[in-house]
Amino acid sequence: MTYVVGALESLGALGDPTRRAIFERLAAQPSAVVDLARGLPVSRPAVSQHLKVLKEAGLVREISQGTRRIYSLDPRGIAAMRRWLDSHWASALDAFRRFADQQHEQELDK
Amino acid sequence: MSIDPVLHSVEVKAPPARAFELFTAHMGAWWPKGKTLAPNPHADIVIEPRPGGRWFERDAEGNEIQWGRVLAWEPPGRVLLGWQLNAQWRYDPDFLTELELSFAALAGGGTRVTLEHRNLERYGADAEEYAGKLRGGWPTFAGHFARYSDSQD
Repeated sequence: MTYVVGALESLGALGDPTRRAIFERLAAQPSAVVDLARGLPVSRPAVSQHLKVLKEAGLVREISQGTRRIYSLDPRGIAAMRRWLDSHWASALDAFRRFADQQHEQELDK
Repeated sequence: MSIDPVLHSVEVKAPPARAFELFTAHMGAWWPKGKTLAPNPHADIVIEPRPGGRWFERDAEGNEIQWGRVLAWEPPGRVLLGWQLNAQWRYDPDFLTELELSFAALAGGGTRVTLEHRNLERYGADAEEYAGKLRGGWPTFAGHFARYSDSQD
């Protein structure tokens, strides 16, 4: 349950167009606030505020490089979806194996 | 950024051609019960056997809900499906992640079935359009999904 709620909250953070633009820029290249602000019609403090929301949603993370802070995507946010799919497909393939082997045995017995 | 694909494989005793047929033509028989979109149990899960064919579940009354479509149909070795359920577990023709199944012959006569679900980063990049819907309540599949996640713990 936790995974689902986490995943949906993460996606909700991307509802704002500026946050989505920041997210997409970071998907292309990890960047500092100053670099992000340069290409967007918003101030640096506004970019920082959006980054804070994205960080809290688990979508973006921050790394210190000397005196600079570099932002990049945090794989854990989207990974909530991946974790569910991973578990789902493991279970589905196992169900397939049981079914296929049972069918195969029956066909050999004929 | 890309997210690692989900990758799993199993070995079955049937040869590749039969394993391919059992997987694709009998999905409704082996798919875990309750892991479908409709509130009612599925009567069948159909993959139309051709490129561009639909992939859908059907209940006992004949209601169909599409999951995706066939991108490549290459029996007995490979089938590539588009999994087009978005972050809200609804079919979206504009959303697509790839699910590839390969069927490789094993020395003892059986088959190794390998599954790869990729392009999962699209769940992040395509999120904006779903965000407004998230306040609308839980879709059915999310309910199944939640119970399923709970049962895995």
